Amino acid sequence: MTTLATRVLPGLPAGFGGGKLIMRNYLVYRRNWIVFATGFLEPVFYLFSIGIGVAALVDEFVMPNGQVVEYTAFVAPALLAASAMNGAIFDSTFNIFFRLKYIKLYDAMLATPLRPWDIASGEIGWALIRGGIYSGAFLAVMTAMGLTGSWWAVLALPATLLIGYAFAGVGMALTTFMRSWQDFEFVQLTILPMFLFSATFYPLHAYPAALQWIVEITPLYRAVVLCRELVTGALTWGSVVSVAYLVAMGSAGLYLASRRLSRLLLT
Amino acid sequence: MVVSRFVPGRKRVGPGIESLTVTFGDRGALIRARGLVKRYGDFEAVRGIDLDVPSGEAFGFLGPNGAGKSSAMRMIACVSPTSSGELTVLGLDPLADGSAIRARIGVCPQEDQLDVELTVRENLTVYGRYFGLSRAECRSRADELLDFVQLTDKANAKVESLSGGMKRRLTIARSLINQPDLLLLDEPTTGLDPQARHLLWDKLFRLRQQGVTLVLTTHYMDEAEQLCDRLVVMNDGRIVAEGSPTALIAQYSTREVTELRFGVGHHEQLGGKVADLAERIEVLPDRLLLYTDDGERATSEVAARGLRPDSVLVRRSTLEDVFLRLTGRSLVD
Repeated sequence: MTTLATRVLPGLPAGFGGGKLIMRNYLVYRRNWIVFATGFLEPVFYLFSIGIGVAALVDEFVMPNGQVVEYTAFVAPALLAASAMNGAIFDSTFNIFFRLKYIKLYDAMLATPLRPWDIASGEIGWALIRGGIYSGAFLAVMTAMGLTGSWWAVLALPATLLIGYAFAGVGMALTTFMRSWQDFEFVQLTILPMFLFSATFYPLHAYPAALQWIVEITPLYRAVVLCRELVTGALTWGSVVSVAYLVAMGSAGLYLASRRLSRLLLT
Repeated sequence: MVVSRFVPGRKRVGPGIESLTVTFGDRGALIRARGLVKRYGDFEAVRGIDLDVPSGEAFGFLGPNGAGKSSAMRMIACVSPTSSGELTVLGLDPLADGSAIRARIGVCPQEDQLDVELTVRENLTVYGRYFGLSRAECRSRADELLDFVQLTDKANAKVESLSGGMKRRLTIARSLINQPDLLLLDEPTTGLDPQARHLLWDKLFRLRQQGVTLVLTTHYMDEAEQLCDRLVVMNDGRIVAEGSPTALIAQYSTREVTELRFGVGHHEQLGGKVADLAERIEVLPDRLLLYTDDGERATSEVAARGLRPDSVLVRRSTLEDVFLRLTGRSLVD
C-alpha cells in the first residue's frame, strides 16, 4: 500500500505536471480545429431546432417554483449541462483509451519525472478547458437569444466546468477498465438515456412519484437542475446538493483514474 | 565519489550535506542490485539478480525472450516496483525517488511509443517539457538531436511517415533530450534491417565515447559484442554468466568451432561418431557443433573417418556458443 500511495498521490511536484500534458494536447488540437469546432456546433444545432421548431408547439412553461418561462428557456440550460457532459465523456473515454492502449502515450510519459497523478489531472484539466470554451460559447449564444434570465447565469460557466470535472473524472476512471472499443457501447448505453430522461426536455413531475427518485440520483439530472437554477435565478438548497454531488463524483473519479493508471502501467 | 549535482527532492541530512553522498558508495556504481526479484502473480520473471554497473560502462543483458531482461530494465527505469531485494539507481531508491531518478535517465523502450499525434520535432520538444526543461532549451536540444540522428529534414513530418529505422533513431533522440547520465535501451535494434542497425550502433558508439553509461538488452550476440564492455547472460530470470564478451568466450567456449551439416535427422546419431574429436560437441536439429581449438584439424579428421557432411564451416566462437553452453538453447528461436 505504501508503494501505491507514494506513486499515486501528488507529492510535491515542481510546478503542475499535468500542465505539460495540457500543452501537448493543445498542440495536437491546434491542427485539428475542425474537431474542436464540431463540439461547439452540436448543442447549438439542438438549441436552434428546439427554439424554432419544438417551442412553437408549446405555449409557455411553468417552472417548479411557479416562474413562467418559454419552453426554449427551459431546455437551453439542460442542453448546456448535457453538452458539458458529452464533451467531458468524449475527451475522457475515446481519446484517453486511444492514448492509453494504442499510442502508449502514458507509458512514454511515465518514463519521465511525471507521475500517474500528473497524467490523470492533466487529461481532466484539458477536458475542462476544452469544455469550458464550448460552454462559454454556448452561454453567449443563449444570452444573444435572450434565454438567460438572471445574473446568476454567470455562474453557469463554472457550473459547467464542475459538470465536466465530474464526468471526465468518472469517464477516465471507467476507461482504464475498458478492454476494447466494443466496451464503449456501454458508455453510449448510459449516456443516451441520461440525456433523454434526466428532466432535460420536460420537468421531473412528468414521472410517477415512485420513479422520480431514480431520476434525481443520476448525475446528469443534478447537472441539469443546477444549470437551470443558475440560468433562471431560481436557486435552492438543492443547488448546493448538486454542487457537492458533482465535486464528490469528479474527485472520486480522478483518484480512481490515477490509481488505475499506476496499476496498469507501473507493473 | 563526490556527487556535485543537486538532485531535487532529496532531503538534506545536515547543512550543505546531501544524504546522496552517503548512499552513493561503490565507486560510483550507477546501478546496484542485490537479490533483485520481480514477480507477476505466481510467475517469477527475475529471480534474484546482483548487478553493479559503474559510471561510463556499456553494459548488456543478453538472453532469449522471456529471460527477464525487460523486467529487470523496467525496474531500473523506475516504472516497475521491485518485488524483493535491493536496488539503487544513481545512488537513489527507485521507490522513494522514482521521479528524481527518471529525471536523469533516458529510456528507449522495446516498442517505440512515439507520440503519433505530434510531428517529429514536437516529439522532442514536448518530451523535453515533461522533464521540466524550458521551451528555449527544448528547441535548441531538439535541433541538435535531430542533427545527431540525421532526421533534420524530417523535422516537420508526421511520425507515421518514418521508416522503422528512423522511428528507432527518433526514439533514441527523444531518450537523450534530458542529457541523461544513464541510457537504458531495451532491444534497440530488434526488427531493423542490417543497414539501419549499423547506423544505430554508430550513434550508440558515439554516446559511449561521450561518457554516457549505456545499459541495453539484446538477443543478438553480435550487438552485444559490438556495444558492450561487459554483459550478463540471463536465462529463466537468473544471471548465468558475467564478464566481457571476450572473457565469456574464453571461459565458456573454445577458440574455434567446426559446424557440420548433414541431412536433417542424422545429427543425433552422427554426434557419437565425432564426439572424441572435440572438447565438447553440441547437437542441434540442423547441425553439429564441434568445439575445438583447431577447427581445421577436426575437419580433416571428420573426413578421415569417412563422413561426408553437406557443408563444413570453421569459425571463431561467439557469444552464441557461450549461450548454448550455458543454457542448452539458442538465443534466437
